[in-house]
Amino acid sequence: MNQTTTISAHDAGERHPNTFVQDWSADKQVYHVPWGKAMMWIFLVSDTFIFSCFLVGYMTVRISTADPWPLATEVFALSFFGSEPIPLILIAIMTFVLITSSGTMALAVNYGYRRDRRITVFLMLATAALGATFVGMQAFEWSKLIGYGVRPWGNPWGAPQFGSVFYMITGFHGLHVSAGVIYLLTIARKVWRGDYEKKGYEIVEITGLYWHFVDLVWVFIFAFFYLL
Amino acid sequence: MASETGQQHPLGIYLKIWILLFVLSLFSYMVDYLHVQGSLRWTLVLFFMVLKAGFILAVFMHVKWERLALILTILGPPTILLLLIFIMAIEGNYTESTRIQYLGHDANATPLHVSH
Repeated sequence: MNQTTTISAHDAGERHPNTFVQDWSADKQVYHVPWGKAMMWIFLVSDTFIFSCFLVGYMTVRISTADPWPLATEVFALSFFGSEPIPLILIAIMTFVLITSSGTMALAVNYGYRRDRRITVFLMLATAALGATFVGMQAFEWSKLIGYGVRPWGNPWGAPQFGSVFYMITGFHGLHVSAGVIYLLTIARKVWRGDYEKKGYEIVEITGLYWHFVDLVWVFIFAFFYLL
Repeated sequence: MASETGQQHPLGIYLKIWILLFVLSLFSYMVDYLHVQGSLRWTLVLFFMVLKAGFILAVFMHVKWERLALILTILGPPTILLLLIFIMAIEGNYTESTRIQYLGHDANATPLHVSH
């Protein structure tokens, strides 16, 4: 196929329907990206289905229960130094922490391709630190809800499904963030050692795809579970 | 190979999207903070959600610069989920109506308030 085409080309020709037909009928490779990136995307699409099953399951139990759904805005309110409880404040801070980490990750990808290893490693470590902060706040949130008596089979306020949905969805997301932190630290260490000087720095972009996906899932959890 | 250049774009676009995501998150938080209720709440929250998800996918994950074959692989299969959502919403509504009709559940019960 077209060996000179770069995947970063900006012209709309890259998205022309003809390219779709050409790529699939090339008798060669379909995706003009490194294999690791194609595999990461396929993993992320399958992960989309797992999270979607959780969220659709949440929708179904919430619609089907006749019991009142607990008020997320009150459940996740937090007071500082004896102030009036501020609704949903911890979740808002967690959202901002995760978005900040997505920003530093996007910059890390950029500096990786510039072969600026020092800044790339620094930005990846910053991303990992923000991710760890997020997980820490999630753990605090869990301990608070456990303290209130929220259990997978019941809670003091309304529909018993609230607890199972909360622990399952945020737990699975938190697991993804934790895995992402380990993934980031592993790749950052290898970047630091210079392992990719010959191979190139697509690996940072691939790591970034995973990290942005975790942020993407949080966007949906934030909207459906906490806000609606 | 196509991969040799990778996804390299000016820093400015990342910073702009970053700020935009902050602003959109703040807006969706304000929807809750200002106690917007009803269909306006749904509209606003879903609108900001779709915008945020779109910007993360398009720019941070570089989807808008990819070739069509990859874009359709990413965005095509998940569209089937709309059908799943549709079917399960119908099923959920039916289940709720049977619980109210045959089990005597109270459809108008309100949740208890949370004491901190």
